[in-house]
Amino acid sequence: MRANYKVELASGIFLLLGIFALIWLATRATDYGKELGDEAYYVSARFTNVADLKDRAPVKIGGVTVGEIESITLDPLSFEAVVTMRLDQRFDEIPIDSSASVLTSGVLGDRYIGLEPGGDLEVLQDGDELFVTQSAVVLEQLVSKYLFNTRSEPEAEDEP
Amino acid sequence: MATPVDPPAVLAPISQAGRIGLFLVRMLGSLRPQPSLLLSTLQQVYLVGARSLVIIMICGFFVGMVLALQAINALEQFGASDQVSLLVGKSLFRELGPVLTALLFAGRAGTSVAAEIGLMRATSQIDAMELMAIDPVQRIALPRFLAGAVSVPLLTAMFNALAILGAVVFSIGVMGLDAGIFWSKLQNGVYFQEDFIGGIWKSLVFGGLVSLVAVYFGFHAKPTGAGVGTATTNTVVLSSVLILVFDFIMTSFFT
Amino acid sequence: METRQAMNTTEPIIRIRDLVFRRGSRTILDGVDMDIARGRIVAIMGPSGVGKTTVLRLITGQLHPDEGSVEVNGQRVSSLSSRELQTFRRDVGVLLQNGALFTDLTVFENVATPVREHTDLPEPLVRRLVMSKLHSVGLGGTEELMPHQLSGGMARRVALARAVVLDPQIVLYDEPLAGLDPIAVSTISRLMRETNDALGLTSIVVTHDVLQMSRLVDYCYIIAAGRIAGEGRPDDLKRSQDPSVDQFMNGKVDGPIPFHYDPGGPEWSLLQ
Repeated sequence: MRANYKVELASGIFLLLGIFALIWLATRATDYGKELGDEAYYVSARFTNVADLKDRAPVKIGGVTVGEIESITLDPLSFEAVVTMRLDQRFDEIPIDSSASVLTSGVLGDRYIGLEPGGDLEVLQDGDELFVTQSAVVLEQLVSKYLFNTRSEPEAEDEP
Repeated sequence: MATPVDPPAVLAPISQAGRIGLFLVRMLGSLRPQPSLLLSTLQQVYLVGARSLVIIMICGFFVGMVLALQAINALEQFGASDQVSLLVGKSLFRELGPVLTALLFAGRAGTSVAAEIGLMRATSQIDAMELMAIDPVQRIALPRFLAGAVSVPLLTAMFNALAILGAVVFSIGVMGLDAGIFWSKLQNGVYFQEDFIGGIWKSLVFGGLVSLVAVYFGFHAKPTGAGVGTATTNTVVLSSVLILVFDFIMTSFFT
Repeated sequence: METRQAMNTTEPIIRIRDLVFRRGSRTILDGVDMDIARGRIVAIMGPSGVGKTTVLRLITGQLHPDEGSVEVNGQRVSSLSSRELQTFRRDVGVLLQNGALFTDLTVFENVATPVREHTDLPEPLVRRLVMSKLHSVGLGGTEELMPHQLSGGMARRVALARAVVLDPQIVLYDEPLAGLDPIAVSTISRLMRETNDALGLTSIVVTHDVLQMSRLVDYCYIIAAGRIAGEGRPDDLKRSQDPSVDQFMNGKVDGPIPFHYDPGGPEWSLLQ
């Protein structure tokens, strides 16, 4: 069974086209390449409310993505949301007293976590926890706050 | 040779599935890494893959355009028409790309493989191979099966690429959406692992299924004109059903 | 030992004993004996649907007999392992009805297929071997054509070249002359005789074409109703007194071979 030259050429072109399409799709139309390197470390933070923050949402410092949300779970005792973040090893000098807030991109956009660097000389290590957090702003609570001018519960908690 | 006992009608689909499974085992059992296998597989990649390219690309382009049209219509009501690329991309990579490509492939290439092998059976070419001590499963069925499994993921990639181009043409070119938002939504929202690789797995399975069904029905076609016709019809019907069934199974268990 | 050695050359190359083959409840062959001598062209004749092709398939081991045995060179075909069967089939060339050329390959590749499959000859040798076989059937220069570009007679000659390309001991022909024009019929039968004698083959021809075959073959078996109705040289058979043989050899409507289909049910025998 010897395929002739034309057939071999045509199937070769087909294979190349297919592989080219795969690569083009992967790099242009997916988050491939935006993915973090294999080198990463994990830190966690507790929030009273994360609103509709989702797994894989970005973690940003100054608008630049430095990591993503690995998981969101509920602490069964304190009823706080425990958010585990996967941070790129390249950014390994984030001060340990940095604060984390659940923010929104645009008015109705997706939620992400913004980190505000602190001033401590000690830096975050794998497994550390961020203690200064700010929960999500929920629209209904914001509206009711304005309407009734009451302060139900402190939204921000600064824990030692 | 024992006379085959007809199973009860209820069990017929199950025993059919068993026969197809056994055929797959026999086919994979005859796999030997030889240069001749590579050559004949390459030739079949041309016959089943490259020749399906044009129809796949045309269909992909129009599917992309209509997806963008529908998505923009729906999203405009929420003022979220800049999410169109995310919707188009996700639905293409996860579902529409693999499924539609496999269905088109079944119609374009599956039928021609079934008819070709059926005709080989009818003109006793398969008999002749057996008498020359050449295993026709290894020589005829295996390269076509492998070629299908290789071609469908590549065809799916080209379908998706053209569909995204179609969506670009419609949403950026016609509706005047911002190109930067279009691409950045895609790149942030479509996940390489879950969406892209998951879709490739699906299309690999679909390609294997369609070509397995096609070579099976071709091989077991009755050696008459009507037999060849039945084989092609059965190929389209069964592979379409199997594509959708396996799509559901794979989506519900592996994502 | 010496006597055994001496006997081997005169011993039949194919020996069939008490062969019984059933398909479902129908008995196709019912106690067939044949001895096919080396170097001969032997015809197996009989009316259509009588199981002539079945005999070929029993010889090649594609079918297994329900009773009795087929021995080729003293080996029982039905007890060969599948690996032995592969080796055995290299020694048997087959020309099927209509030639059965591989439609997706050129003439050259068709003839080269058995060579490539069963030997590791380098490409120039394969080429020389295939071309010599094509020349011997008078088709040098057709090697780049596809089978659909050939006439029926030419396709049959390519198939003949393919059947003998590995120099087998036995060649089986299934209706080699069916559907050919008179010139092609003469060409093919002459080629069959020439290859048989030149290569020292034994040929078995299954056919219902009495006229042509009686000129070509050395010996005939006539199968009717699952049994050997007659055997002998073609000329002797034509003068046979046996009613079945007489009916078949001389093409008579009336005789023991029925005009009506016999479904084999009890109601039918009541009608008769």
